[in-house]
Amino acid sequence: MKKHNSYALLKTFSLFFSAFILAGCSEMVVFQPKGPVARDEALLIATAFGLMLIVVIPVLVMAIGFAIRYRASNEKAAYRPNWANSIKIELVVWLVPVVIVAVLSYLTWTGTFRLDPYKPIPAEAEPLRVEVVSLDWNWLFIYPDYNIATVNELVLPAHTPLDFRLTSATVMTSFYVPQLGSQMYAMAGMQTQLHLLADHTGTFDGQNREFSGNGYATMHFKAIVKTPEQFQVWVHNARQSPETLSMAAYKALSEPNSNHPVTVYSPVVAGLFDDIVGQFTGWMGADETMKSRMQPQEKMHN
Amino acid sequence: MLGKLSLSAIPLHDAIIMGAVYGSLVLAVIIIALLTWFRKWSFLWNEWLTSLDHKKIGIMYMILASIMLLRGFSDAMLMRSQQALAAGANPGFLQPPHFDQIFGSHGTIMIVFVLMPFLVGLMNIIIPQQIGARDVAFPLMNSISLGLTIAGAFLVMISLGVGQFTTAGWSGIAPLFEKQFNPSTGVDYWMWAIQISGVGSTLTAINFLVTIIKMRAPGLTFMRLPLFVWTALTTNVLIVLSFPVLTAALFLLTLDRYLGMHFYTNDLGGNMMLWNNLFWMWGHPEVYILILPAFGVFSEVVATFSRKKLFGYKSLVYATVAIMFLSFTVWLHHFFTMGNTPAVNVFFSITTMLIAIPTGVKVYDWLFTMYRGRITFSVPMYWTMGFLTIFVLGGMTGVLLSIPPADFVFHNSVFLIAHFHNMLIPGALFGYFAGIQYWFPKAYGFRLDEKWGKRAFWGWFIGFLLAFIPLYILGFMGMPRRLSHYYNLEWQPLLIVALAGAVMILFGILCLIIQFIVSIKNRKANVDVTGDPWNGRTLEWATSSPPAEYNFAIIPNVHTLDEFWDRKERGIAYQRPEKYHDIRMPKNRPHGVIICALALTFGFAMVWYIWWLAALSIAGIIGTVIISAVTNETEYVIPAHEVQRIEEERFRALAAAQDSGNI
Amino acid sequence: MQNSMESTYPAEWHEADRLEIQMLGFWIYLMSDLVIFAILFATFIVLGQNYAGGPGPKQLFDLPYLFGETMLLLTSSVAYGFGMVAMQQEKKNAVLAGLGAAFLLGAGFVAMEIHEFYGMIMAGHGPSHSGFLSSFFALVGTHGTHVSFGLLWMAVMMIQLLIKGPTVVVRSRLMRLSLFWHFLDIVWVGVFTVVYLWQVL
Repeated sequence: MKKHNSYALLKTFSLFFSAFILAGCSEMVVFQPKGPVARDEALLIATAFGLMLIVVIPVLVMAIGFAIRYRASNEKAAYRPNWANSIKIELVVWLVPVVIVAVLSYLTWTGTFRLDPYKPIPAEAEPLRVEVVSLDWNWLFIYPDYNIATVNELVLPAHTPLDFRLTSATVMTSFYVPQLGSQMYAMAGMQTQLHLLADHTGTFDGQNREFSGNGYATMHFKAIVKTPEQFQVWVHNARQSPETLSMAAYKALSEPNSNHPVTVYSPVVAGLFDDIVGQFTGWMGADETMKSRMQPQEKMHN
Repeated sequence: MLGKLSLSAIPLHDAIIMGAVYGSLVLAVIIIALLTWFRKWSFLWNEWLTSLDHKKIGIMYMILASIMLLRGFSDAMLMRSQQALAAGANPGFLQPPHFDQIFGSHGTIMIVFVLMPFLVGLMNIIIPQQIGARDVAFPLMNSISLGLTIAGAFLVMISLGVGQFTTAGWSGIAPLFEKQFNPSTGVDYWMWAIQISGVGSTLTAINFLVTIIKMRAPGLTFMRLPLFVWTALTTNVLIVLSFPVLTAALFLLTLDRYLGMHFYTNDLGGNMMLWNNLFWMWGHPEVYILILPAFGVFSEVVATFSRKKLFGYKSLVYATVAIMFLSFTVWLHHFFTMGNTPAVNVFFSITTMLIAIPTGVKVYDWLFTMYRGRITFSVPMYWTMGFLTIFVLGGMTGVLLSIPPADFVFHNSVFLIAHFHNMLIPGALFGYFAGIQYWFPKAYGFRLDEKWGKRAFWGWFIGFLLAFIPLYILGFMGMPRRLSHYYNLEWQPLLIVALAGAVMILFGILCLIIQFIVSIKNRKANVDVTGDPWNGRTLEWATSSPPAEYNFAIIPNVHTLDEFWDRKERGIAYQRPEKYHDIRMPKNRPHGVIICALALTFGFAMVWYIWWLAALSIAGIIGTVIISAVTNETEYVIPAHEVQRIEEERFRALAAAQDSGNI
Repeated sequence: MQNSMESTYPAEWHEADRLEIQMLGFWIYLMSDLVIFAILFATFIVLGQNYAGGPGPKQLFDLPYLFGETMLLLTSSVAYGFGMVAMQQEKKNAVLAGLGAAFLLGAGFVAMEIHEFYGMIMAGHGPSHSGFLSSFFALVGTHGTHVSFGLLWMAVMMIQLLIKGPTVVVRSRLMRLSLFWHFLDIVWVGVFTVVYLWQVL
């Protein structure tokens, strides 16, 4: 490859690329957090990325640099065919990554405990409990404290700790609102937990991150964050809804179907979430840690 | 009589599938016609299918992998095309059930039926030669392993036209893959394909472990082994210890689906989390299995083409062994989001980061091999440069993903897709392409065309970047994986770029095909006379190209690392031995072919619930194995004078090459 | 006389090393088999309490019966061991007697196990009734299947011994079968402890 051709090619290529990367920047929801969890995670990602460039950039520089300098046609470069050991170099290439990994491990340790999805988020407001049930192929959100439920639309108050309990009526799914942070698997016969908080109002995308069959691609929903006052108004209106989520209505809802229109139900049959979890037995005798993380909490009974 | 099988199993309604089926059938008919017209059936049977020659078995693995690469890549083109179109209201041209089969077959084919056969094929061709042996420890078992792998591949191919393939991904999703949610044949095809070929892989690993441990030439201590042998050794340890986990995991799924048991089900005491643990306990070592031999190839190529000793040999060996041990300690990072306690997540996160250390050390050691070398940029070196520049990006994104809170954001997004393709394509696949370009002359006796090889490289290199950098960005934009269509129109422009990348890779593949055709046409001009076309360092370059069936007339005594290079330096590389002796080689045997056919029949019968046929096939396999043990006449002798004749011919060719200034 | 750069490997080295090669290969295979069992054990431990409202070990397992089964398998190993000793002493008939006894005792073990399984299934406690039962049948059943294959191998070896006599090849195969047989004993001790004793006591 002639030098001129490869440099020109490289230049055009990089320009082309940067254009695309910059174009996509504005839509990078990961870097547009609307809650402290997402924000913390975004910062962690950026920090780790920066730390690793310490390892990556030298590799790129050396790969391209050595290739150019030590090509066979360059007689000027030194040629030491039997030079194959250097304690100094070995120490650097082993120890520098060890140090970086040590730093990252520290960040990981503190970050993972701090961002444990099972850890409630401290705030002044009373937490809002939401029970999430994944169906084939819709999302059911139950608000046990308000006796209302919605399908395919999650309405939330800002500045309020959100206390999610998740389960699935069928197969494994993963509940995720990118701008609020942290996804969590929803699994049948078990309940998982997720604690989030929104500190901005707005409408954000929600999705299913675990392939769950034919209707998987349709399992996106809107998470609408309102001010606490607006949220109370919404709750008040929701309770007037003519639709009720009786057992029969739930059974009809849980028949395989996609793109169910956004619906609000009130009232909701008592203990629905626990019944959905409890329809699959098999957790008797599981070890305590698993049990406490996976089983219905006593206080959940309505 | 025929279980669930009926004519309705053929998906006549799907034009794309039927097009592919007709195309394949036409191709098969043409090949059969050509074989018959040129009367090559007995040649095929005697020279190839029943051969126990490790070099031929290796070549057959490579051919299998190449064919499956084309099939796996067409899956990729379909997915890229669908995703470039299916934004918002546009449903694209692939309905969800069809699209959902494609991502499953793409993954299964690329991992199990492309990368595995590539690495096993290269090990087969090269390892015995690099250690100064004549064959592997168990030549018949080698042939059977090939047969089992081919049977698995056939099952996947047949599923296209008869029934369907899995819609639960290449890695299986519990409980989605249970009978309750997936009653059709799809999951069963996938399950039997990887189960059967998995047994083949386990047998291969046993074979090569014993070969490397027991059949090294005298003086070839472990710390004098070429790096490719070290990576093969560690890879085979990984296979032997991890594939049984897959065997057990799939066995339990088989019991669930066929006998209604409750290992991974929702109800009656099943535990879907058990699948995640068992599958990835295999799955993670599997990806190191896929990449370590490629690292071995890069070690060989970088040293040879820099005309310099490999930098930090001991370091590279220790790093490889460290990777081997650590790869068993990281599996949970595939499901950080399953509700595990932070302590558990942190443990696996740190082990995952630890593995990045020896991997990074290897990259630096290769770079320092180039430092103060005299580098010739032949095609194998191109692939190596492509690896050195873009693999680290994948490593970096891997460490990013290993941080649980970061993984909570990226898990199951296309960022993850980009990461693992970043490891598998510039890492593993470029390594195997480099190995093919590097060792092709050894296998066939002529070199591959350089021009088309370099064009192929650029197609793959640029194509990879165009296809996958957008996916990294889309991951930051929140796009999940496995989407047959999507609502967010913002994602479409980058998906169109990704399609362009796939087309670029298609160009790269076409260049590879053209390279082969052109090289075969020009083979007389590009003949490798000496057997050492690259001025190599390791023992395989001491044999002729292609080598005699027995590789070495006299097993060499090894005194140092890079033994062959050392001999060339001292002018004693090609010495006539004083005396030749008889050489015993394994005879051809048909058991590999028979077991291949029986295993395929068994798998097919199990998929379609044809119990009598399944029972007969199993009985047949057991019977074949017992019968294989009965024969005593398993070897034949190449008399000393015949060996001498072959070797003298070689010395004459070497002398002629020297005279004409070729050495 | 010999060029020191080369060694001559006369054809004979092949034979002696061949036995070592086969043994090493078989050992490695056994270790891979052990991994399969390890996974089945782990699965049993994970699912072993999931009775799904059905019976558990205390209701289902009959320890004296299990003791009988265990004795059959262990004495089978002992008989095989005597057979191997006889092989060293070149007493072909004693070898056949040892193998034959091992075969009968092993077959007795399998028969008892099939009887146990049949009883459980007929009483409605088959493997499809709970995670605990699935994992029990999978682990114990896989062990029993291995024993059955071992019996088949033993039968073939007895025939080979009769027809070919105690050739080098036959003896090396008997040695590998011996490894296999004792390996299955060790796994059974694990099964008996983890599945039966631990659960019931």
